[in-house]
Amino acid sequence: MTMTEAATRGRRIPAVGYLVIDQGDPYLVAQECSSCQAMFFDRRNACARCGGLDFAPKPLGRTGVIRSFTVVRRAAPGVTVPYVSATVALDGGGMVKANLVGIEADPANIQLGGRVKLTTFVAGTDEEGTEAVAFGFTPA
Amino acid sequence: MPAEAWIIGAAMTRFGRYPDLDVIDLAAEATLGALADADASIQDIQMMAVGCLSEAPNMLGQRLAKQIGQTGIPIYNVANACATGATAMRTALMAIKAGEADMALAVGAEQMGKMGLLGNAGRSRPKPAGFTPSGRYGSVMPVEGIIGTQLMPGVFAQVGMEYANDHDGVGFEQFAKVAEKNHAHSALNPLAQYQKPFSLEEVMAAEMVAYPNTLLMCCPTGDGAAGVVLCSDSKLATLDPDVRHRAVKISASVLTSDPYTPSEMADFDVSTLTRQAAALAYEQAGVAPADLDLVELHDCFATAELVHYDNLQLCEPGGAGEFIDRRGPWRDGSTPVNVSGGLLSKGHPIGATGVANVYEVATHLRGEAGDRQIEGARVGLTHVIGLGSACAVHILEKAAS
Ligand SMILES: [Zn+2]
Repeated sequence: MTMTEAATRGRRIPAVGYLVIDQGDPYLVAQECSSCQAMFFDRRNACARCGGLDFAPKPLGRTGVIRSFTVVRRAAPGVTVPYVSATVALDGGGMVKANLVGIEADPANIQLGGRVKLTTFVAGTDEEGTEAVAFGFTPA
Repeated sequence: MPAEAWIIGAAMTRFGRYPDLDVIDLAAEATLGALADADASIQDIQMMAVGCLSEAPNMLGQRLAKQIGQTGIPIYNVANACATGATAMRTALMAIKAGEADMALAVGAEQMGKMGLLGNAGRSRPKPAGFTPSGRYGSVMPVEGIIGTQLMPGVFAQVGMEYANDHDGVGFEQFAKVAEKNHAHSALNPLAQYQKPFSLEEVMAAEMVAYPNTLLMCCPTGDGAAGVVLCSDSKLATLDPDVRHRAVKISASVLTSDPYTPSEMADFDVSTLTRQAAALAYEQAGVAPADLDLVELHDCFATAELVHYDNLQLCEPGGAGEFIDRRGPWRDGSTPVNVSGGLLSKGHPIGATGVANVYEVATHLRGEAGDRQIEGARVGLTHVIGLGSACAVHILEKAAS
């Protein structure tokens, strides 16, 4: 076993760059435009709203309300169905799309406007044993 | 005001599956049909714009010219997602307005075969060797279905559910009624891929794809093409009276992209750019939504059509549920929508769609739509949206003869 393999064994890594898992309770972080406060999850070249070039990380709230959802029953190969995809308006600002987890994937169980909170789960493991941690939301 | 431009020829293939033809055959049939309809020949054409999402990088326009007439004119191969055909239409129109051509062709074509609902997003996933963040979101793995869905059926399902969240009286049944209507309309259209009506109960009981859209609420893939011949105002005056009499005026042509909105952090916003395109088009044409005799809009999913009633101002703000409940968009309603059967049943060969809906509206304005004719139609609107996003709106009017 090389030094690198030893160092990575048992490690956890966020599945996406805008999820922070090593600073206490997991949270999402946006890139906030320093000029107009528009927020983005992706790597930026400039601000899509005002053209500003400066950004600062902005931690987002861990709770919010369901703005929209769908129950997906036909999906890409390798994706377990049914599952619930939802858009959540976060308390304190920002919006994100993620799965609703820990509930039955039945529209009758899901309330538009219902309150949810951030949760994380292991979404995959690579050959070196590193776990990819993804996020979703559960009813609050 | 810019110079007026006219449609003097229009044609489309029936949409469907053509395993024994290629996309050039389909484009040629529509193009030759449009030229014949205009009583024109390829020698009269000074510019051609050809929209095909899959073949635009492969010079489809020139390959078409090699089959129907190589005259050395400028040819533009365009792609703009599901707005590809409308973008070809607008490219040809801009050449006319710029004075570079007095007669031009716009062609849309696509051959999709049976690729399934999910397109190329349905790739299988290899076992990861080592997680390494990559791409603009720093992803270590594909997250489709793990962190929400970005595939069309789910995206447009969520568009509809967001509207349901914001407005009363909108739910599964209202969305299903949209599909019931479009399947019913398609039974009158011999050019539609499917021509079979379904009851509301059948629509709602069909296989669920992404709630609230069942299989009968999702457009099929398919093959097809459409073409239109455009000409300038001054050229029209020189043409045969029979051609002039059937000419359809292009009163507005608008293309928008999605402006920044805060919700784009989570999802595509297909409404704001549609609202902006519609407002600009009504202003350009000097036409009010209430003046429209028919509308062909982008019902890629039933949920999308319902939301666009509001985006295109066909109903009271927030009133899309009430609009479908009172059958306003049925062919005998206050504003007939998708009397062709729409994408849901006429079909959606991607590049062809934005030209085919111009063909549909123009055919009604000419009074030549046969069994599905909206009697006395004088003003119509076409709308398409390509996710990503591009929105095109055209307003067409019958010539004041
Ligand atoms: Zn900014």
